[in-house]
Amino acid sequence: MKTLSELNQIKESKQAQVNLREENFGLVKVKVSMGTCGIAAGAREVVKAILNEARKDNLHNIQIFQTPCMGKCDLEPVVEIHYPGKDVITYVHVKPEMSERIIKETVLNGTVIEEFTK
Amino acid sequence: MELARAHVLVCGGTGCTSSGCEKIINELNVNLEKYGLTDEINVIKTGCFGLCALGPVVIVYPEGCFYSRVTPEDVEKIVEEHLLKGRIVKELLYSETVVEGQDDVKSLNETQFYKKQMRIALRNCGVISPEDIEEYIAFDGYKALGKVLTQMKPQDVIDEIKKSGLRGRGGGGFPTGMKWEFASKSVNEQKYVACNADEGDPGAFMDRSILEGDPHSLIEAMAIAGYAIGANQGYVYIRAEYPIAVARLQIAINQAKEYGMLGENIFGSDFSFDLGIRLGAGAFVCGEETALMTSIEGHRGEPRPRPPFPAVKGLFGKPTVLNNVETYANIPVIINNGADWFTGIGTEKSKGTKVFAVGGKINNTGLVEVPMGTTLREIVYEIGGGIPNGKKFKAAQTGGPSGGCIPDSLIDVAIDYDSLISIGSMMGSGGLIVMDEDTCMVDIAKFFLEFTVDESCGKCAPCRIGTKRMYEILEKITNGNGTLEDIEKLKELCYSVKNGALCGLGQTAPNPILSTLRYFEDEYIAHVVDKKCPAGVCKALVSYKIDPEKCKGCSLCARNCPVNAISGEIKQPYTIDTTKCIKCGACVEKCRFGAISK
Amino acid sequence: MEMINIKINDKPVSVPKGYTILDAAREVGIHIPTLCYLKDINEIGACRMCLVEIKGARALQAACVYPVSEGLEIYTNSPQVRAARKATLELILSNHERKCLTCIRNRNCELQNLCEELGIEDIPYDGENIHYELDTSSPSLVRDNNKCVLCRRCIAACKNQTISVIDCIERGFNTHIGSHFEKPINDVSCIYCGQCIVSCPVGALYEKNDIPQVMEAIDNSEKHVVVQTAPAVRAALGEEFGLPIGTPVTGKMVAALRRLGFDKVFDTDTGADLTIMEEGTEFIERFTAQKNLPLITSCSPGWVKFCEHNYPEFLNNLSSCKSPMEMFGAVIKSYYADKAGINKDDIYSVAIMPCTSKKFESSREEMNSSGSRDIDASLTTRELARMIKQAGIDFVNLPDEEFDQPFGEATGAGVIFGTTGGVMEAAIRTVYEILEGKPLDNINVEAVRGLDGVKEATLKIAGKDVKIAVAHGIKNAREVLEKVKAGEKYDFIEIMACPGGCINGGGQPIVDARTKATVDVKALRAKALYTEDERATLRKSHENPNIDLLYKDFFEKPGSHKAHKLLHTHYTDRSNIK
Repeated sequence: MKTLSELNQIKESKQAQVNLREENFGLVKVKVSMGTCGIAAGAREVVKAILNEARKDNLHNIQIFQTPCMGKCDLEPVVEIHYPGKDVITYVHVKPEMSERIIKETVLNGTVIEEFTK
Repeated sequence: MELARAHVLVCGGTGCTSSGCEKIINELNVNLEKYGLTDEINVIKTGCFGLCALGPVVIVYPEGCFYSRVTPEDVEKIVEEHLLKGRIVKELLYSETVVEGQDDVKSLNETQFYKKQMRIALRNCGVISPEDIEEYIAFDGYKALGKVLTQMKPQDVIDEIKKSGLRGRGGGGFPTGMKWEFASKSVNEQKYVACNADEGDPGAFMDRSILEGDPHSLIEAMAIAGYAIGANQGYVYIRAEYPIAVARLQIAINQAKEYGMLGENIFGSDFSFDLGIRLGAGAFVCGEETALMTSIEGHRGEPRPRPPFPAVKGLFGKPTVLNNVETYANIPVIINNGADWFTGIGTEKSKGTKVFAVGGKINNTGLVEVPMGTTLREIVYEIGGGIPNGKKFKAAQTGGPSGGCIPDSLIDVAIDYDSLISIGSMMGSGGLIVMDEDTCMVDIAKFFLEFTVDESCGKCAPCRIGTKRMYEILEKITNGNGTLEDIEKLKELCYSVKNGALCGLGQTAPNPILSTLRYFEDEYIAHVVDKKCPAGVCKALVSYKIDPEKCKGCSLCARNCPVNAISGEIKQPYTIDTTKCIKCGACVEKCRFGAISK
Repeated sequence: MEMINIKINDKPVSVPKGYTILDAAREVGIHIPTLCYLKDINEIGACRMCLVEIKGARALQAACVYPVSEGLEIYTNSPQVRAARKATLELILSNHERKCLTCIRNRNCELQNLCEELGIEDIPYDGENIHYELDTSSPSLVRDNNKCVLCRRCIAACKNQTISVIDCIERGFNTHIGSHFEKPINDVSCIYCGQCIVSCPVGALYEKNDIPQVMEAIDNSEKHVVVQTAPAVRAALGEEFGLPIGTPVTGKMVAALRRLGFDKVFDTDTGADLTIMEEGTEFIERFTAQKNLPLITSCSPGWVKFCEHNYPEFLNNLSSCKSPMEMFGAVIKSYYADKAGINKDDIYSVAIMPCTSKKFESSREEMNSSGSRDIDASLTTRELARMIKQAGIDFVNLPDEEFDQPFGEATGAGVIFGTTGGVMEAAIRTVYEILEGKPLDNINVEAVRGLDGVKEATLKIAGKDVKIAVAHGIKNAREVLEKVKAGEKYDFIEIMACPGGCINGGGQPIVDARTKATVDVKALRAKALYTEDERATLRKSHENPNIDLLYKDFFEKPGSHKAHKLLHTHYTDRSNIK
């Protein structure tokens, strides 16, 4: 590596690591409910899908949390998105296929996808 | 490494390694595989987190859960409950971070231990994998070197370091910028940059943690130093007793070479720099500047007279800058954030932070980094969590065998270079040993002198013979054969050795004695006049006695005495034959009625 | 020369740049006390005796290594300085085997001098002292670490010789001086040059004492005790009796030896003349045949042992001649025994030498070609002085006496053997005359005189170029040998193990460091020998009538079979011993 710009490139490509280990409140937090009912409803696949989408888009401002049961057992899988400066967005009956839109619209832009909230 | 959902950071410092972190990492990998989580979760071995008392330590992000005293058996639970099901394992958490009734955890930065700390030299320890240069780069690594080589002239670098007020963290406290300037001004084709990673003070492990946890910061800093003074070769002198540090540094050097951070024309500039490791071989005196250089040169590691000073004539007779690991760890940050930022931290004459290895009678033993000016009280009671078992604080020793003790009456001293010297101690490299009411200060002085006697190189008479004679007088005192005259003789001898010795080891060897005499003279007098050890430590001056009022005659003590010194009849008070008693204390432990005391 | 202005005890003084405070103080008549300091050999600031106070400096500094700088203000006798020096000396004394009364250096000891100067009244710190066994393994020297003050002057002297078989072992209070792996000195490549002894300020190093057996022989009426004295002895013996350094005391020395009870007193210079005859012939042979050149002298046993350990490839270049001492010893036990009608086994042959390695040489297995030991005992100059004192002889007032017949007075060529360049000059005086058929224009060969480490010259003898070299001190010996190995051509090389030659041998009177810092002892003693040469009746070995007679009556001619048997020797490859 010979130039500063190359150095910056490496830094940026590792940015995801940085953000995950710092208490960086500017990040978008995606919380997936993971109680027994959640897992039974397929929450694990949702998490994996969200992670894959994030990887595809090379996101580095996202934190994915697996939380215990949030209490809305009949609405599982439930995904909460905490976008800085906005109210908490809650999506219910989330399926893995929905992860692409969730990442591209909600996580990246903060846009609420109305149909996912019902 | 692809984006992961969670990172599991396992502390890989020497302390946690010896407590079995390798097994934990193993268990993690096994269980992650078992539960199908390997694709989503990364396990990273990092450097020291600092809270060594709670090791082995595992931190899980993004939640920031601090699992402490983790055993390999705990791992499956962490994986199944937390990593799979999202349920934080509260009983394994560091108790202070548990938030009742919530699934959240309190941020580490709000715990007593971490609240007042400011981790600058330790910024990457416990955060990155020390064996991955890209993680270092992700956290602004080598940015300072890039800045220096492309935007600054050597004198600019020196000016910035001078402006920052950074002083040597190895104990001397010499202004780093000034040292670099002397070397830069010396005219010679060949110059060297050297790092003192010998860390000989017993109980000190600041440098070790930086080497194990963030070796690249040292490499970057030494390259910057080389550029500033005009040197193209550096040496890191590490004590051989730090095999993990040596291994990690070598890996880091290899990676740095691979990525072009070491070698020819770094960042496309004219500057080339190479770095080599040299191992010590078990001599505390080789932490002394000139002895270190003499050792690297292949001779007996003994100090040389100064002048000439190393900045003029050092390693192999060439101008050399020798700095401590922690000093170097501060350099990249100063370059990146600016000298003004650095001067905003600390006191007027001591800028920045200091890493302390806190040990002894303290709850939170471990590594802490605080701004200069933090009081000893804050370190002991807040960060350190106070004295265990409800005992009273007696004194804190700073500076190891070269330093002095700080008694309770001075516990509000704001720690910086000059304030410590004014009270008869010194900053030293950062070892801070806390002592409680059960510590005998004469015994402490003897302990440090025993070390110094063993480590004296033997070149000059005052240290070679003087330390031995001082130790003999302390032995005499703790054996109950001392006189008031001996204390006077000891004081005189201390000043003679202080004034006569060739190097810092001898010149500071009397400090523990002088310091304990200054603040605890009554204990010395008790030893020689009353023939008593007030703290109950010095075996010769301690005698065990059975209180006939309390003794029930159960004979448990007599049955457990290894030398059959206790005798009596059942149901009658027993007695101890003090001529046979070896003061092991077994009887005290066994007695259920508290009838035996010293 | 750049001068620096400083103040010593408030007195301004200007001294040359590069001076240390110790040098500067001397200029104003102040002798700062030292112990580990030995000029040009050991300047390390270790003992802390020479501490001085410097205005503005935080700590006291060691004067022997601290360079002067403009404006420096020094105090050499402030209360703090006095206290520091006294305390350090008291500590050293507390760690020293204080048995002065029975010590070999009693009254010639730098530690005693310091005690007197600093007014030591009491040793307040007594404690443990490690007991060391004496190293008496070698025939030449003894090490007593109980007396050692760890000044490291011996290590420095050995390093200066580029031998370095001794160094510090262990550290701190357990530091002691010895050889690698604690091997006795006899098991390492020590050459017994004794430079360590003459550098030692105290009684930690000294020569093996051979006086008892010599006295026994003298006291034995059945023994005919014969003594020979090396040239260098007469140049220095007087120092042991208070005479100025460089006073030649040949006559008194002979008188003293007679009064000690030696039956015959001979001059090793005679042996030297004999060596010139043999070696000169050897040289002419080799030079004519252009074989086995360069010829290297072999009279220095330290040099020979060094060659055996480190440069065995040059053993063939060494002259096969024995040293003058050994040659003469062989002559005494053969020719002289016959002539005097005494059984050679009843003769006890003693040599007084400036050298400790001679004790080793005389013990070499092969030195008995007469059928009896060529030399039965070799004593150092210092041992002779002790014998003279023991006998209560008033040395300085002795009359001058002559050496005994049948050997009488030797030539001036023989006497200059004792200094560097002397052997070469003596050889040239003879070889030149033999080859040219006429004597040298100037009998003094200036080119080989003086204390330069390596002296070289090319002489024109009988139309040919003879390239000669003279080296003294093993460091310079190495230099010349490496040059030869690199291809440089020499014909004749003189090597002496001791810097300066035999006059500075390991058996000579010990001069203290303070004197050595200002007095050129080597030059003064050498001058005594050159003076004796000037005064001599005969100055060329081949003109010595007794040598003539020796060949006529006994050896026939130089290099004869008999000469080879008695006067020549062989060497041993010791390169396996480090």
